[in-house]
Amino acid sequence: MSLKRISPDDVRHVALLSRLRLAEEEIPPYTDVLNSILEYFAKLNELDTSSVSPTSHSIEMRNVFREDIPQPSLPVDKAIANAPEVEDNYFRVPKIIQEM
Amino acid sequence: MEFEPVIGMEAHAELATKTKVFCGCSTAFGAAPNTQVCPVCLGLPGALPVLNKTAFEYVIRTAIALNCTITEKTVFDRKNYYYPDLPKNYQISQNYACIGYNGWIEINVNGEKKQVGMDNVHLEEDAGKNLHPETGGAESLVDLNRAGIALMEIVSRPDMHSADDALAYMETLKNLLQYLEVSDCKMQEGRLRFEVNISMRRKGEQKLGARAEIKNLNSMRTALKCIEYEIKRQTDILSNGGKLNQETRLWDEASFCTRAMRSKEQAQDYRYFPDPDLVEVHIMPEWQEKIRRQIPELKDAKLARFIADYGLPEYDADILTSSKPLATYFEQCQKFHNNPKSISNWIMTELLRELKCREMEPDDCPVTPRHLACMIKMIDEKTISGKIGKQVFSEMLTTGKMPDVIVMESGMSQILDEKEISAIVEKIISENQDTVESIRAGRDKAMAFLVGQIMRATRGKANPQLVNQILKDKISIK
Amino acid sequence: MDIHTLTLAEAGKQLKQKKITSRQLTQAVLQRLKSVEPQIQAFLSIAEKTAFTQADEADRRIAEGGDISPLTGIPIAIKDNICTADAATTCASRILENFHPPYDATVIAKLRRAGVVFIGKTNMDEFAMGSSTENSGYKITRNPWDRERIPGGSSGGSAAAVAADAAIAALGSDTGGSVRAPASYCGVVGLKPTYGRVSRYGLVAYGSSLDQIGPLTKDVKDSAIMLNALAGHDPQDSTSANVPVPDYTSACGKDIKGLRIGIPKEYFAEGIDPEVEQLVKNAIRQMESLGALPIEISLPHTEYAIPCYYICAMAEASSNLARYGGAHYGYRAKNAGNILEMYSKTRAEGFGTEVKRRIMLGTYVLSAGYYDAWYLKAIKARTLIKRDFELAWEKTDIIAAPVVPAPAFKIGEKSADPLTMYLSDIYTISLNLAGMCGISIPCGFSKKGLPVGLQLIANIFKEETLFTAAYAYEQSAGFFNRKPPL
Ligand SMILES: [Zn+2]
Repeated sequence: MSLKRISPDDVRHVALLSRLRLAEEEIPPYTDVLNSILEYFAKLNELDTSSVSPTSHSIEMRNVFREDIPQPSLPVDKAIANAPEVEDNYFRVPKIIQEM
Repeated sequence: MEFEPVIGMEAHAELATKTKVFCGCSTAFGAAPNTQVCPVCLGLPGALPVLNKTAFEYVIRTAIALNCTITEKTVFDRKNYYYPDLPKNYQISQNYACIGYNGWIEINVNGEKKQVGMDNVHLEEDAGKNLHPETGGAESLVDLNRAGIALMEIVSRPDMHSADDALAYMETLKNLLQYLEVSDCKMQEGRLRFEVNISMRRKGEQKLGARAEIKNLNSMRTALKCIEYEIKRQTDILSNGGKLNQETRLWDEASFCTRAMRSKEQAQDYRYFPDPDLVEVHIMPEWQEKIRRQIPELKDAKLARFIADYGLPEYDADILTSSKPLATYFEQCQKFHNNPKSISNWIMTELLRELKCREMEPDDCPVTPRHLACMIKMIDEKTISGKIGKQVFSEMLTTGKMPDVIVMESGMSQILDEKEISAIVEKIISENQDTVESIRAGRDKAMAFLVGQIMRATRGKANPQLVNQILKDKISIK
Repeated sequence: MDIHTLTLAEAGKQLKQKKITSRQLTQAVLQRLKSVEPQIQAFLSIAEKTAFTQADEADRRIAEGGDISPLTGIPIAIKDNICTADAATTCASRILENFHPPYDATVIAKLRRAGVVFIGKTNMDEFAMGSSTENSGYKITRNPWDRERIPGGSSGGSAAAVAADAAIAALGSDTGGSVRAPASYCGVVGLKPTYGRVSRYGLVAYGSSLDQIGPLTKDVKDSAIMLNALAGHDPQDSTSANVPVPDYTSACGKDIKGLRIGIPKEYFAEGIDPEVEQLVKNAIRQMESLGALPIEISLPHTEYAIPCYYICAMAEASSNLARYGGAHYGYRAKNAGNILEMYSKTRAEGFGTEVKRRIMLGTYVLSAGYYDAWYLKAIKARTLIKRDFELAWEKTDIIAAPVVPAPAFKIGEKSADPLTMYLSDIYTISLNLAGMCGISIPCGFSKKGLPVGLQLIANIFKEETLFTAAYAYEQSAGFFNRKPPL
């Protein structure tokens, strides 16, 4: 595990990936607190996990399905009732520019 | 210096399930916006996915047909990215353990057989649709009806080396998926979509150049054009000593070229991780075997059966089984009216010509098997002539009316009454005595002129065999 | 007698015997709620009107006789991260202000069918991320025993409401101790069922592989009654277990002679408040006097539980909370010129600091180049922690431990440093990682008069053992008669 401290640029990158706008003055405090938490998390480095298989679910379960039988959908007015903006029963969002 | 293109393809096929992959919403095409959505496919807080068994089995079926190794323990992963047609801002997909790996498919490129390898086959959910106002408005509109429809992704190896290879691959794959009955593959409705990776390498070398990934290809014709364009673009750059970038490009239909997406769009980090809301799926050998047995009749078997059961020439059977929907169309016609060869002729000529020029699938054609069979029956029963049949066919195509209705409304039915025909024949004979004389003198060819006159007088409705018979009797040639 | 102080079992009995009506009970509870709410701030919304409609409906059902459930007519509070159809469900976040889900969570649908009266939605740490309920986007809930102190979190509102008799019982959710810890701080009973025992459908996800809905009640029997109503397979939750549901109330009252109680030495190491240690050890001694057999056990990977838990939970949360971007529901920032701006402004304005921190850390541990080092490492550590318990179950039937290292701390005391806050979860998070069940029951009071809880932990689907042990201890200790000074 990398013990390399994360830089303000890393924080900017992660904030972009997380879609969280951070003001420039928020970057240093976030950098500090994220570093102090990660430093503590790095304790896991003490463990030898080379022959350990991962656990992503707490209880082992398998092959859970539903049958391909249609169920009623929501009435459209309910489907869009919580939308910030709608137009002709569509969700309206700001222009999707070809940039992320 | 000679360059050779190296082409790989990603195909996305919407599966032909009745419901979406993780919820019970209908998948019917063309519904009003946001009418086929529920808490799950809207990505509402607290809603959870439950896997559609049929969708999963369709992917196993495909993986088997593509000669893949089936993964014993598969999982679903989340692919994280933000886009308004993706309500959860992550897509449930498979990354760490896809359903099938390492398969192959045989393609036929202008008579030469080649193999294209399959990297993997996996199951994921489709996104909704964004509508960008043509008027250049400041906002986009989102319809989530398509969000959550089962989508199968088939990733090929970069085993293709020409636009022809790629076209053959696309056609073969589409054909197979239709035969497997896992997708209707209607490209015009976006149910089968391709993405292409192209790079160039020097002939005889292994090292690949920088790869361009091209999205937004909504028909095979577009894909073909795009591949040809991209091969030329890359070759030109390389031949002039230029350098290529690894990039994602979009096909621009308006200007008929590809253009690079801005670099920021390419800085993707999908952060795949196992979806905690879904559990492992173990594909046991017995289950695999059961699915293998459920594979429907494929092309070769169908072709043999068409020859044996319907007595069709191999040529006909080959064309009729060239796609599953066409074969189905034929068999449905045959159910309504038993005359395989005549049905086959009509399909191979009139129907295929119209489908091709309209870029239409057989099951979308307004001339349904019932229409065509009914019309052929009318010909066989001599209600109309074959020539009138062609008129009826084009009328059915534009109006969708049944042939008997068209014939009745426009009085096209054939004149079979001998008396009625005799009267007309006599009239024509009396008006064309000179011609009659010349026929009697031995100029047989002039017969055709008289028949033509009679047919014109009846607006083509007189039964041609009767006309010939009666005419010969009247001018008493043997 | 003030009927709002009744336990669920007593209230149910009196309703059935027609000594009281649900309307009277609802009235009494709502009156109590209104009188204590200015002091404890436990609720985000109160559903007075619909509560009375439901109470009248319950009274009609009771009058008709027939099949009424032990919950018919009982006023219950719901943590605000559980979806209630057409009623606000905010997760105490500004980003879901005014969000009204068009559907009921499975547990809500079950309770509705049972005839429960829903009195309101309770405060919590935003999206259940916190251990003190200080991270609410709306208000700070106070501990009924000392209003300068936190009620614990993240189900702080539910715990405070039950402790203050402002609800007969409440629902919470427990991802890393969020039911058990506030139960301990507020002196009530809090149950975290086995993962998969109760449907998560309609529980707004924080860490999906860890989240589980659980009841907060006035005593152990009430907890068993609640679990009877909540448990069971749900076809809408793929992780819901298809395992038969026993009658949990019948586990209350069995004796505990010969029951092996494992005492994990790592849970009594440095960091535990001496008073808490003493009270928990007294409780174990009490159980021993009832015939139980204490055994020392070891859970050697305990010290790795906090990083392991937080990495798993944050990674899942970063993805679970991606959907709050202002496109289809919830808050949307004003004046966003394009889609990227809409997302990042909406989320910057809608989420609180702790939520942002966890989203960023979760994003980081999953991002390209760091996945193996952080996330994969953590889910491997999870295997080791799970294995510790599996080995322990060979030696013991139940594990006894503290719930939290110390009694309720003061509001603001730990908010400056998130890490110290995380450390208070040390005794509760391991069993979420391993999917097991646990219960927190009052086991005494500190010198300052603050409640302290005893945690009992059992293997998956062994809730009956938990109830048997917890009930036996509770009956002999009798702390449930003490009420906070409100
Ligand atoms: Zn749906």
